[in-house]
Amino acid sequence: MKYFQPIDETMPVDQLRELQGRRLADVVARVYRDVPFYRRKLDEAGIRPQDIWSIDDLAHLPFTTKEDFRDTYPFGLLARPMSDIVRTHASSGTTGKPTVVAYTRADIELWADCCARTLACGGADRHSVVQVAYGYGLFTGGLGMHYGSERLGAMTVPVSGGNTRRQLMLIQDFGTTHLCCTPSYALLLAETADEMGVDLRKTNLRAGYFGAEPWSGSMRRAIVDRLGVEAFDIYGLSEVIGPGVASECCAHAGMHIFEDHFYPEVIDPATGKAVPDGTRGELVFTHLTKEGMPLLRYRTRDITRLEHGTCACGRTFARMERVSGRTDDMLIVRGVNVFPSQIEHVLLEIEGAEPHYRIVVDRRGRLDDLEVQVEVSPQLFSDEVKEMEGLRQRIANELHSTLNVNAKVTLVEPRSIPRSEGKAQRVVDRRQMETS
Amino acid sequence: MRVQQISIFLENRAGRLAAVARLLGDEGINIRALSLADTSDFGILRLIVDRPDAAQQALRREQFTYSTTDVVAVEIPDVPGGLAGVLEVLQDGGVNVEYMYAFVEKANDRAVVVFRFENLEGAASLLESAGVRVLTRAEVLSL
Repeated sequence: MKYFQPIDETMPVDQLRELQGRRLADVVARVYRDVPFYRRKLDEAGIRPQDIWSIDDLAHLPFTTKEDFRDTYPFGLLARPMSDIVRTHASSGTTGKPTVVAYTRADIELWADCCARTLACGGADRHSVVQVAYGYGLFTGGLGMHYGSERLGAMTVPVSGGNTRRQLMLIQDFGTTHLCCTPSYALLLAETADEMGVDLRKTNLRAGYFGAEPWSGSMRRAIVDRLGVEAFDIYGLSEVIGPGVASECCAHAGMHIFEDHFYPEVIDPATGKAVPDGTRGELVFTHLTKEGMPLLRYRTRDITRLEHGTCACGRTFARMERVSGRTDDMLIVRGVNVFPSQIEHVLLEIEGAEPHYRIVVDRRGRLDDLEVQVEVSPQLFSDEVKEMEGLRQRIANELHSTLNVNAKVTLVEPRSIPRSEGKAQRVVDRRQMETS
Repeated sequence: MRVQQISIFLENRAGRLAAVARLLGDEGINIRALSLADTSDFGILRLIVDRPDAAQQALRREQFTYSTTDVVAVEIPDVPGGLAGVLEVLQDGGVNVEYMYAFVEKANDRAVVVFRFENLEGAASLLESAGVRVLTRAEVLSL
């Protein structure tokens, strides 16, 4: 059992709740005093900071949304003067402007600790060689894992995203033991390795931290098999801190949320009410310790469910299930809710299907058209038209029984769907919403 | 007796067939016979070429999805009823044709028909015993 901060990570639950309550009271007092946006929100909700005593008081607090970032762009949510800020990151926003986050020196320290915890969850230590293939820059993935790896004392290879052949060369030459990248990029690495005649299973690579985009169990099996690694799902978002919000451990029973700093709730996205453990809903975070841009009840739009209770690994932190969709990625096709992850799951269960597909939604006349493009791999290919039509029909039938909506399945040539070096663009929505 | 055919998956969009033809042309590979089975979205291009190994190498390099299938090529007289005679032999023998395609040899008034059968050996010996000339691999490649 490896922990980076064993006392915090295995803290008895009652002690943890007490700590969270104290920290919540502190953060509410801070944002009320220092962030006009929150002072107004709390005033409107009739909440005085001194009313907040324990973590159970959280449910009274108002939510923060992605739109609030847009409305206060770029620095309206700061709780510290600009002179205390040492770093900003940004992610794509709901409109043209990015979602901006800001860190004090203490926030950067906290972030490094949390990413070091993440790496330790997957067995990395100071003897490891950690190749960080998340992008460096405004995106939090690269620098977050970089600082975490250095904090852990591992040898850090800051290769960033892209340049796949060089990545493979470094894995072989530097003896990389731990890889950090998106799951779709891991599969691109595997494909490129095949093309170059490199067997990744024969390298020192033993674990990977895959996050920043949704992935399925079948995609995970493909990564484990083709890279020869133990796969760890990691979760993070820049609004909360970046990577280092939650990480899967060696027990592979969900991702531990580092809830001594980021307090999680799962709510029904329609009503805003908390749902019990085991029920899926929207994940919401409250910062307990961040200084630069602490948020109250930030709605992530990610769909997951929580499980409390001590894990086999000894950690007491709540675990979240792999994110199964986004409240805003959800497509409504002919009035039916469709999550891209459902489509991915169907495709991956069809034997031999490589996980390369694209969902195209269009509107023909008044009707929505859902098209699923699937790349035909050599394993799927038959030279008889009736076999290929049969395959297409089989996929269409499976999709219909899962989604309850008809999808047109188009078989396309390998490599005709653009590969991502970052997040995969799985959905193309061409519907022009008439504004009549 | 068996001839190797290469089948390529093609999307039904402009330029895909030309891309394969150009690729093989640039490699100096000569197409001896071809057929294209198409649907509204995709097609399956079936080819017999003079250098199958080189063709496969080029297709793999350019990341086409392809497979190889063994087929039987027979020679029939290029006269009315020539094909019917051969098909009747197969029908009487209870042999099912998966697919077929044909081309004409101008030089000697003969036609060549390429067949795909589920039971290739059985069908070939049935044809031979009925006096149909089954072409060897070398004969097909030198057409």
